[in-house]
Amino acid sequence: MLDELRNLYQEVILDHGKDPRNFRKPDNANCEATGLNPLCGDRLVVYLSVDESNIVQDAAFLGNGCAISMASASMMTEIIRGKTKFEAEELFRRFHEMCTSDEKADFSDDEDIERLMVLSGVRQFPVRVKCATLAWHTMDAALKGEEEATTER
Amino acid sequence: MAQPQIRDDIGGQYELSRIREDFPILSEEIHGKPLAFLDNGASAQKPRQVIDAVRAIYETEYANVHRGAYYLSEQATARYEGARDIVQCFLNASSRQEIVFAKNVTEAINLVAYSYARRVLEPGDEIIITDMEHHSNIVPWQMIRDERGLVLKYVSCTDDGEFRIEDLARLITPKTKLISLTHVSNVMGTVVPIREVAKLAHDNGAKLMVDGAQAVMHMPVDVQYLDCDFYAFTGHKIYGPSGIGVLYGKAELLDAMPPFLGGGDMISTVTMEKSTWAALPAKFEAGTPPIAQAVGLGAALEYVSGVGIEAIAAHENDLLSYATQQLSSVKGLKIVGTAPSKTSVISFTLDCAHPHDISTIIDRAGVAVRAGHHCAQPLMERMGVSATTRASFGMYNTREEADTLVAALESVRELFG
Repeated sequence: MLDELRNLYQEVILDHGKDPRNFRKPDNANCEATGLNPLCGDRLVVYLSVDESNIVQDAAFLGNGCAISMASASMMTEIIRGKTKFEAEELFRRFHEMCTSDEKADFSDDEDIERLMVLSGVRQFPVRVKCATLAWHTMDAALKGEEEATTER
Repeated sequence: MAQPQIRDDIGGQYELSRIREDFPILSEEIHGKPLAFLDNGASAQKPRQVIDAVRAIYETEYANVHRGAYYLSEQATARYEGARDIVQCFLNASSRQEIVFAKNVTEAINLVAYSYARRVLEPGDEIIITDMEHHSNIVPWQMIRDERGLVLKYVSCTDDGEFRIEDLARLITPKTKLISLTHVSNVMGTVVPIREVAKLAHDNGAKLMVDGAQAVMHMPVDVQYLDCDFYAFTGHKIYGPSGIGVLYGKAELLDAMPPFLGGGDMISTVTMEKSTWAALPAKFEAGTPPIAQAVGLGAALEYVSGVGIEAIAAHENDLLSYATQQLSSVKGLKIVGTAPSKTSVISFTLDCAHPHDISTIIDRAGVAVRAGHHCAQPLMERMGVSATTRASFGMYNTREEADTLVAALESVRELFG
């Protein structure tokens, strides 16, 4: 039983889930949005600091949720730092595609998605896809200047 | 795979193995494991007697009700109205006119909110509910409050999840016109002493609405003894079909209330200018009702009554004590809601894992539980948790299934610990 589950709960996820990176509210954030998953009540806030060249200089988050949503948020804050707004939005699109694609889909050409593949276990647990994508929806809303994101849109 | 061994620990009077055989789904396997269905608070499984009753009406007795002057329609009407008689008897209502079929408890509460509170209450009047209500007993009152300028007050439960009538008494003022309480908390299993609350309400000139969604399958409910003004429950949580619920209301109140929905079946006469309303209970049953569902509900109530609600309560009480004791041995587990009077519902948190992770993991061991806020977000806030895992036991559950839950939680600890 645990073997099947270890694919969903890989070591990296357990580590990020227990000890999320960038779990703070930065003083200099100029974009933020709240993400809600109305089905489970999970709620998190993503803070971004985007400079005049549209580069994400800092990304952080606060909130609570399951190991998948915490790990996904934690990894996202690490991976989008230094990216342009456009690149971050494009990565969200690719990540979403990865979480909902079938297992044969090949993302080996994309280094960032390769790193995020540890979250691909959600593909076998359809109800948990929203846990993995909540932080990303929220980041996308923050970049677009929206205050709130929900997994129900 | 063989059925799990059933231990009958209450003197052999409760025929647990026979009861389990009545529920076909209980012999299903989930991820290759025997199903341990512990999400009865969300919806319960159906015995063959209910499935057969629904099948029979569709196969041999189905037509629309209250309309046709032909054999099948008369048969269907007799079965549908027969279900009403069964409900009347089940709740010990004084008349069958007091039994209104609704879609579910949510619709029943909305009916009272719109046809009673909205018409009778004046701006500034107060409605009192508790902080352990399901959203269905919060949101309709908020909507009516905003529309009519009412005041909505909450009685808070104790840290243990207990309801204290003195806390309710303190909130009551001459402006209090309606009290709407859950009979049993869907999250914690806390039982509210409805008869005492009804007396308090009536002594202060207020009416009492009771949400019995989580009560009727666990304890005998006699609306005349309780003396509540309105009582609602739903079919699917008492081993019947979904899509059918019941609103009981005292005849003099229902009689004075305007209809909730307008349409066919609820009128006496219709002209181009105006309409007059049918007598109770048809006045509140606009449109073609859920016919087979009502018949299925009747079969479910007969099934439960046949086993005996007291016997079911005794069995579930044994499961509650046993499961509470076994769960307490799991390291880092904290039970949310430990009121002295509880039904077989146990909500808990585990220090190393979030309820959603717990639910996903123990599902692989065949254990079905509910994880999340249980449509009771104000209670989650009150108890200082964002979500819980809830195991809710029904008439067919076993001590072994509680053991399976505990073993599965140990594997959560192994993975996350």
